[in-house]
This record gives sequence, C-alpha cells and structure tokens, in this order.
Amino acid sequence: MTFTQLRSVEAASTALATDGYLADRPLALAVHLAVVLEQPLLLEGEAGVGKTEVARALAACTGARLIRLQCHEGIDLHHAVYDWDYARQLLALRAAEHGVDEGELFSRRFLLRRPLLDALEHDGAVVLLIDEVDRADDEFEAFLLEFLSDFAVTIPELGTVTARHRPVVILTSNRTRELHDALKRRCLYHWIDYPAPEREREIVHARIPGMPEAIARRVVAAVGRLREHGDLYKLPGVGETLVWANALLALGDEGDLDETLGAALKVHEDVLRVRERKVLEGV
Amino acid sequence: MTARLGSLAAVLRAQGSRVGVGELLDAHRALAAIDCSSREDSRLALRTVLCSSRADLARFELAFAAVFGDGRPTGDGSPLDELGVIERTALPRVAIPGSASPLLAHEERMVVPAAWSDVELLREKDFAQYTDAEMALARELIARLARRGPMRVSRRTRPVRRRRGHMADLRRVVRASLRTGGEPVRRHWRAPSRRPRPVVLVCDVSGSMTPYARMLLQYLHASVAARRRVEAFAFGTRLTRITNELGGRDHDLALGRAAAAVADFSGGTRIGAALAELNRVHGRRVGRGAVVVVLSDGWDRGDPDLLETEMARLRRSAHRLVWLNPLAAHPDFEPLTRGMRAAVPHTDELLAGNSLASLEQLARILEEI
Repeated sequence: MTFTQLRSVEAASTALATDGYLADRPLALAVHLAVVLEQPLLLEGEAGVGKTEVARALAACTGARLIRLQCHEGIDLHHAVYDWDYARQLLALRAAEHGVDEGELFSRRFLLRRPLLDALEHDGAVVLLIDEVDRADDEFEAFLLEFLSDFAVTIPELGTVTARHRPVVILTSNRTRELHDALKRRCLYHWIDYPAPEREREIVHARIPGMPEAIARRVVAAVGRLREHGDLYKLPGVGETLVWANALLALGDEGDLDETLGAALKVHEDVLRVRERKVLEGV
Repeated sequence: MTARLGSLAAVLRAQGSRVGVGELLDAHRALAAIDCSSREDSRLALRTVLCSSRADLARFELAFAAVFGDGRPTGDGSPLDELGVIERTALPRVAIPGSASPLLAHEERMVVPAAWSDVELLREKDFAQYTDAEMALARELIARLARRGPMRVSRRTRPVRRRRGHMADLRRVVRASLRTGGEPVRRHWRAPSRRPRPVVLVCDVSGSMTPYARMLLQYLHASVAARRRVEAFAFGTRLTRITNELGGRDHDLALGRAAAAVADFSGGTRIGAALAELNRVHGRRVGRGAVVVVLSDGWDRGDPDLLETEMARLRRSAHRLVWLNPLAAHPDFEPLTRGMRAAVPHTDELLAGNSLASLEQLARILEEI
C-alpha cells in the first residue's frame, strides 16, 4: 500500500486537514476505506460541497499524482484512454517512400495518452479523479465498470496495459441522472452534506488564512439562513461561502452582505426573494 | 458476525436495496480494516460499503438499528433473529407472489383487436368512457406510442457517407491508406449521432383527474419502460417521484407500486407547490435540455401566483414545456380556470390528453422537438 499516511481513520482525517480539507468522520472513514480496500469511492452531494476537493486534498497530502478525467456529454474511449495521432500518422505515411509498416504506424510513437492510460502507466501513487460521471452516457459507464474492476485496458495494436500501482479512484456525481446500479455497486458510496456551522467556520479559516473571525461568523450564519429558507432554486455550497467571505474581506469595512449577495446566489429570482422577505435581516 | 451481517443484508433487501454476496464480502473486509470495537465506526464502515444511493442511507439506518439494536448488541428485537440460518439465507430469494391474479393475466392475453376498426374507434374515444376491456386493448397501443420521443444531437459521432459539413474520420482514413501504399485515397467521414433527449413526465393524480389518471399513468409506465432518460412524477397536493416504482416490465406491479408511493391519490390539487418542488429538488433532472410534459386538467386549489412563477421558471430551465389537458379536447374549451390561465402563457404546446389520438399527437410533437 502506497498511501501509508491513511492507515487509520484519524490519520486520514489529519492528513486531509494538512491540506486544508476538513473532513468529518464519516467522510474520513470513507476515504480510509477506499484506500485500504482499494475500491473506488463514489461521492455525491449538492453542488459546491467539496466533492472534487476531496481528491485534490487526498493527492496533495499523500504526495500522489492527481489525474483528473472530466466527464462530458459524448465522452468515449478516445477521450478517456488513448487515441492515435492521425495527423502525424498521415504525415509519416506520406513521408515514407517505400510504404510504412503497420506495426510502426501503430506504435507508441503515435499514441496519444489520455487520463485513464496515464493513471495506469504512472510510476508511483496516483489519485484518479473521475469527475461528474453522470454527464457521461451509459456506454461510457459500462466501459468504466470494466476499467474499475480490472484496472487494465486493451489497445488492440499494442496489447493490454495493466496498472503498475492500483490508483485510488474517486468518482463524483451531481445526480443529473441515476448512475447504473452495477457501477454504483462496484464503488463505496458517500453522500457529502452541507457542513455544520462550526465546521464551516473552521473550513473558512483553513482555506482563507487571515480571515477575521467576525466575517467568517457572519458569512456562515448568512449562508445557513439561505439554506434553511428552503424556497430557493439554488442553495449556496461551501464554495459560495468561501467566495462570499473573500468578497467581504476584500471590501473591508464597506462590506455588506446584501450588496454582495451575488457571491452566494446565482438565480435572479432567488436574490429578489431573499431581499423581499428580508431573509438576511439581523445577520 | 457473519449471521448478523446476513440478517442486515436481508433487512436491506426487504426494503428494496440491492445487496449481493459481493457487498457482503466487502462488508467483512471493511470491518476487518477498521477498529470493530467502535460501534459508530462499524456503522459508518458498513454504511459506506452497503449503500449505493442516497435513498439507501435511510434504509440502512433502519436496518442497522433493527439488526444491531440501539447500542446494546444483545440481538433481540429483530424478527429475523428468530429465523434459523437457512431460512435467513433463503429469505431474499423467496419469490414474492405477484399481486395480479393469474386469471386476470390470462384474460389480458386474450384481448385481441377483433378488427382494425376496433382500434380506430378506440383512438378517438375519451379515456373516461373506457371499459376495462378497452383499457387492456389500449395498453398495447400506448406502449407503442411511448416508444416515440424526442431526440437530440449528441457529441458522439458515427461514420457516415460524405455529406456537407461533416468531419473527416481520420481513424478510418489512416487505416484505409495502409491498403493503398500510404496514399489517403479513400476519404471517410463522421457526423454527430442522435440520442434520446431526456423527458420529464409530471402527472396530476388529484380527484378531478381520476377518470384519466389511470390511462395517463399507463403512458408514464410505458415511457419509463421503453425509453432511456425518462423521469416520471405524480402530484396532487405534493410531488412524488415515481420513476423507480414504474420501472420493470410487470405492468400491474409497477402501477401498484406507484399508487402506493403516491400518498395523495385522488385528493386535492396544488399544482404550483408541486412544480415548485420539481424546480427545487429535481432541478438538475429538469435542466440539461429535458422536455417537460405536464398532464393535468389545471384545476388548482393553490396560489395562482405561485403556479405562474414556477411555470415561468420551469419553462426557462426546460428545453420545451408541453401541457396535456384532458379538458382541452372539448370544442368549447378555453383555459379559464385560474390554474390554466396562469399556466398557458408559459407552455410551448397545449394539447388534449383524453384519448389515444391525443397521445399520438403528443408523440408526434415530441418527435419533432
């Protein structure tokens, strides 16, 4: 096992904290298990609760390389694993006078490595982040399922590439659609909730050094009010809390919650509603 | 411990979670990897391994409390403990008898259109006047209609013959040129493929919709079964997601599950509140280019302003917003109820939803979107 820093739940929690990621115990335990059991970890949660950050912090605190595959609509094998450099192949074909041997044309020289192949071939510890997997389609999900069980891919022209070190895999999903059962069952699962107010204040301090306690307290209280309000289209996540705190810090004494509401709310109706009902009054 | 984990899995399965042998093995490994003496850690570890969706979390907490008790692992309280090991292992595999009587299933298969004209007559007939036999007859037609739906252009590409505006398929060009001595003689092309566009069906099941709800729910069921990326919701005074309940091939079972999930069948209507929940809780399913179809007669007891605001929001986040109103079939129909007055300005299409012909019209419109 390469990730020796994560031998216990406490150690995992401490390690993540060194990089400024304050994980609560369930999350630290999930990460610990993902490392010990060598199983992928599927993280779900509302937008902006720090799903992607987990992978970043995990890589940073263990010194592993972070390899990220951002899923998108229409992603396929050639975006995710490998592709051939066709333009260069064509040039090589034209340049060669006596024709080119097929084996030479489909050799490593012309291979474009994409994130998943990188993760398999990297010499050393890897944290593989498969971000927003719900954006990919069913076919790609089926491929991922296979990839995550074997940690090997077959390139017809070159043969099978197997992982040198099994990477720690973190998948995130925004739940725009339900993932396939089979893929979910291959993974450990953790739902990241909004943090409690004290924890969120700690996060603000950990992420923005030199943040005055007064601002942190105010912003966290305001964000809490917005989340409780329950009538908004888009609730602010931890990411929004940090931006809001930064905005107030930058404005100094002139900082006003109401004027900087745009840091936390991105839907016009939400902003209007909050102002109209005076949700932030007294914070 | 193995027995305990076995009964935990059994309770989870009984509630509808999918826990297989693989998960059980993982659970063992997870417990071995942590400090088992801590009850809390064991709970968290098992939860991480045995749950695979947010809905599973609640089931897990129930099951864990049932099997491991409230902190004192004495093992009484769970009815499953009274079963022997063999019964427990057998439990999840015991077949659950279907709710539909075999007689009925037999009868269903017997109903065959005697002549094409039967189907033709059925097409225009109002759902509210259907007999049971006609309902069974219409089922097949509805299933066929449900297969038709909107498509969108995908970023995935597929090989095509040359047409203007397509991109070169270099992969195949390189392959082909090997055969012609390295000269790219034959050109190949790719073009974007088409995929099903997400559809969100929101069906009113309040009292005034009762004559139609049964057939419309059948349409929902058939759509969920036939197409990918379909979400189904039902509402009266509040919104219930019934996509999972409607899944599966068995028609009666699916509708039964859906009816059980909807707490306010044949009750009052608050369309605005239901759409508000759709916009907030399920906003991500509605966004991303989905076609939203609301099936309701627009009799709304709620706040018309709320309905108006939420319809406006829904239309902005959805790709297209279609409203199916069974009352709209009437020649004198005018959207005069408070609810319809608020909703109509925000719909892209207002269709009748009272007969097979109107569902066919819906299918046609969906295909054109």
